[in-house]
Parts: sequence; structure tokens; C-alpha cells
Amino acid sequence: MADLAAVATTTTVRPTRRRPSFGRIMAWAVMAAIVLITLLPFYWILRTALSTNTALAAHPGDPLPVDLTAGGFERALGLQSTKEAIAQGGAGGGLKFWRYLINSVIVSTLITVCQIFFSAMAAYAFARLRWRGRDKMFGLFLAGLMVPAIFTLLPNFVLIKQLGLVDTLLGISLPTMFMTPFAVFFLRQFFMNVPREVEEAALLDGAGKIRIFFRVMLPMASTPVLTLGVLTYITAWNDYFWPLMVSYSDSSRVLTVALAIFRAQTPQTGYDWSGLMAATLIAALPMVVLFGIFARRIVSSISFTGIK
Amino acid sequence: MTIASSSPPSRLPLGGAEGARTKPRTDRSRAGENRGDGRLAAVFIAPALLGFLVFLLWPTLRGIYLSFTRYNLLTPPEWVGLDNYVRMVNDPIFWDSLKVTVEYVLINIGVQTVAALAIAVLLQRLTQSALLRGIVLTPYLMANVVAGIVWLWILDTQLGIGNEIISGLGFDRIPFLADDTWAIPTIALINVWRHVGYTALLLFAGLQAIPNDMYEAAKVDGASEWRMFWRITMPLLRPVLAVVLIMTVIGSFQVFDTVAVTTLGGPANATNVLQYYIYGAAFGRFQFGYASAMSVALLVVLSAITFVQYRLTRAGQTDLG
Repeated sequence: MADLAAVATTTTVRPTRRRPSFGRIMAWAVMAAIVLITLLPFYWILRTALSTNTALAAHPGDPLPVDLTAGGFERALGLQSTKEAIAQGGAGGGLKFWRYLINSVIVSTLITVCQIFFSAMAAYAFARLRWRGRDKMFGLFLAGLMVPAIFTLLPNFVLIKQLGLVDTLLGISLPTMFMTPFAVFFLRQFFMNVPREVEEAALLDGAGKIRIFFRVMLPMASTPVLTLGVLTYITAWNDYFWPLMVSYSDSSRVLTVALAIFRAQTPQTGYDWSGLMAATLIAALPMVVLFGIFARRIVSSISFTGIK
Repeated sequence: MTIASSSPPSRLPLGGAEGARTKPRTDRSRAGENRGDGRLAAVFIAPALLGFLVFLLWPTLRGIYLSFTRYNLLTPPEWVGLDNYVRMVNDPIFWDSLKVTVEYVLINIGVQTVAALAIAVLLQRLTQSALLRGIVLTPYLMANVVAGIVWLWILDTQLGIGNEIISGLGFDRIPFLADDTWAIPTIALINVWRHVGYTALLLFAGLQAIPNDMYEAAKVDGASEWRMFWRITMPLLRPVLAVVLIMTVIGSFQVFDTVAVTTLGGPANATNVLQYYIYGAAFGRFQFGYASAMSVALLVVLSAITFVQYRLTRAGQTDLG
């Protein structure tokens, strides 16, 4: 997929080496404005997180951090004493973002690894194995695409409660750990496009179907699996509604839920913007890093995820 | 608004057709050497099937069942027939909440689709930079909760940089999230900010499928970019645009996170979107039966809208020869 983008670049850029027209300049201006609107809020998070609340109130429009401090981050990570925190405009409530960070990592990893692996197995069975009722069963899975995820949340909560898994990390992960119709559908599409000859060559070499799945099909599917994996991870990491229902205490609290709680703890003096932005940064940064690592391969294959 | 939840139901016909087309060939080439892999397939399918039955099919049926009961989680559900639905039809807050949600969806989808289309075309016709595509996608990496809190700060009436700029330009400060006329458009635009890049990339992928010779030929004939957009890009992008529209509308109707961290449904129910009202009914007042009935209503509305959109936009057909 990455190569695909490269090819596209070389074929389309070719003929446009003329004097830049008024329209093109306008178009670039619009593009620049879009980039600014996209990125400025991120700078503003950083600028606010590094300022103190009192200075923020005095200089709301200053483009640089005012009264530079790491207090916001200390507060978010629970490194400040209650007294210190209140003095700096925090709520003083104990927030342990380390804990929430670890919880988020566990939940997102559990969901992503299991969901993709199980979905890939099912996708392979739908794409390349022959068994009775295959197409009927696949139709049933596809019908699952019609049910908005949000519809299943309430009944799933009832189920998780009956299983005694409320307020556990497993309870948060379980409903999306086995499959999503989308993941199965997406990977099946890929497996169906793998040339049959590849598989037949391996069969002639005496490899069994299980071996073919692990040694031939999965490695060939590395780019779609990676793309799907990163998108699933981001989705799991950013999910708020479901963890909000299931988790009640620190033991299962993930970052998004913790952030909302932090936001709701308004101290006497007004919001603790500095601490809140520091916490926001802690919650958002891991996904930026994750995306940064794989961006080259993913950006070009999102096409694949979306439509094909 | 996950990829999972926003995956287009319209894939159904596409996928169905695909399956039908490839199946005969599959059977023929397989028939000689292998008479079915039933046992192996059972093992491969088992975990996904378990997940499907337990966490998708069963909850769907149960959700429908619960909508006909009175249920507070503590005592067993008690069958009440259509009571919840009667109550819903007579509940002014429900209708108001539906109205607010529709208003949100119209603004959110209207602005987002036009902006995403513009970005996608710019990414295609102006530059093919992968870096720009990466930049455009960054807000999508944030949680809705994060986007909500950041914009709550930027748009803060007294201290927010947004209002600093507005007052610096000589205008009155706008209480974006505290005013009942501004709140819904503001939340809709915050979510446009987060999702527009992802939507643009989906459309960009569709644009990549349009043969470049068409633009070259049009250029030789002296067509302007504007004309090329309407005569080449729009007609050929239509099927992709239709699918993207269907899936973004479904996602948009499920708005919850942003409301939950910015306005909490207020001021005075001005942003009490359906999903927020449902959550309140279930977890605030423990009326799981009533909440389920409203969920079913949302499900029906979404199915109807999807069906109509699918028909109107002929999403399953392509004009690309």
C-alpha cells in the first residue's frame, strides 16, 4: 500500500509545472488554514499545560506559556500533595494518571490483539476453507454490521453485571475482544484477494491449512492487519461511553473516564485548566506516538480500510 | 464513533455480490483435492462465533425484549407490553431530544461532508503529500473526550483564546457552550474538527480510483478545475461519497462523549441529545426498560435513514465503466 502512494505521486504531479495561477495560490492558502486549524489546538494544550492557573487568568492571550511550570503535570500524575494542588488552583482530589494509563494500555492491547487474531481466523475460514453453511453464517455476521454498536451497550452492561465483571478490566474488554463484524469482513476481503497459487504451492509442499494460515496468509496480510490493528487500538483507547458504564473505581478506570472526572472536579476558583491540559496531553500523546511510528504504512492504506 | 460502529451497513450488498461472484470459481478449483474442512473451520470460527452470539446477537435480542419490560437491574424484568413506547410517544423531553439530535446531525454532517470533500480534492489535485494527509488525520487520534475538553478551554468565555481573539477584533464574547442557541452548533463543529480528516482520507481513497487521464484530457480541452470538479470528480466519486455519508450519519446520531464532557446536556436541555437522554434514563434513574425502548426507536430511525439514503444515492452502483 505504501508503494501505491509512491506510484500515485509520480504519476500525478508531472504536468503541473506552470506559473502558479491565482486559483492555485488561493487553494494553497486554504490548505494552510486547514493545517493551522488542525494543529493549533495541540500547541494550545502544551502552552496551557506548562502555565500556572493564576498566570493563565492574568494573560489569557499570551501565545507563550506564562509563568512556566510543570505543576500541571505533577497534579495530573498525583505527585503533588493536596495542599500544594489546591494552592495552584487544582481540585486536590487524588488522580493517578499512571494507573489510568496502565489500565488503558491493558484494555486496548487485550482488545486489539484478541479481536484481530480471532477475526483473522474467522476471516480465513470464511475466505478459504470449505464447510457447510459457510455463506449463511457469513450473511449472519454481515447482518451484525447493521446493528450500531451503541445499541448493544445497555444489554451488554446487564450481561457483564450478571457475569460479575463490572468494574474489571476484563469486563471493559470482553464485548469487543472476540470479533467485530467489520474486522472479519475487512480481513476476509483481503484473504480472498490473495492469489490461490500461493496457497496451492504451500499445499504441494505438504503444509497443512493451519500452517498455511500462520506461515503464509498472516504474514502476507501484515499491512492490512497493521492498519486494522492501529485503528482498533486508537478506537479502544479513545472509547468513553462503554468504560463509563462498566468502571466505577480506580482499579478499572481508563484515561478517558479519568479525564472526564478530572474535568468535573471544578475547584472553588474555576477550572484547573493547567492540570486538565496536562492530563489531556498524557491521554493523547501515546496515540500520536503510535500513529507516528506506523503513519507511513497506515495513511496510504486507509483507503483499503474505508471502502474496498 | 468507532470504526466498528460506523462501519457502513451498505457493505452488505457489496459484500454479498462479491461472495456470489467468487463462489462458483472457488468450488470448482477446490472440489478435486479437498472435500471440505468442516472440523478445522469449526475451530477457526469458534472464538468469533462465540463473541458474535454472546456480545452481539444476544444483546440485540435482549435489548428489544427489555424495551417491553420494566427493569431496574435489581429485580427481574417485568413484562409491561407497550407501556414504554406509549410513554415515549407522550414524553416531550424525548421529542425535544430527538429534535436536538437531528439538528446536531444536520450541522455536523453538512459541514463535515463539504469540508472533507474540499480537503480530499485539495489533497488530490494540489499536492499528493503523505505528510499533509498525516497532519489532517491527527485530530482523529484524540478521544472525543479530549477534543471536547480542549475546545471547552479554547472557547471559554472569559479565558479562552478563541474569545480573546473575538474580543480583540472588537466583537462581543460568545458563550459558545453556555448559550442554548450556540451550544449545539459548537458541539457539532468540535466533532467536525475531530472527524473531518478521517472522512477526507476515505474520500481521498475514492478519488485515487478516478483515472488521471480524465483530468489530463479535460485539461487539454481547456476545462477549469471548477468544471472538472463538477463534471469528473463528483459523478465518479458518488458511490464512495454515498457510502461515506451513510456511515458518518450513523456515527453522528450516536453523539454522546462530547456532550458528556462539555455541556452535560444543558443549558436547559439544549444539548440533551438522544444518547445522553438514554444514558440518563438507564444510569441516572435506573429505567432500563424505558432506555431500551428509546434505543430501539433510535435503531429504527437509523435503519430507515440508511435505507432511504441508500436508495437515493444509488450507493451500490458505479458510473466508472
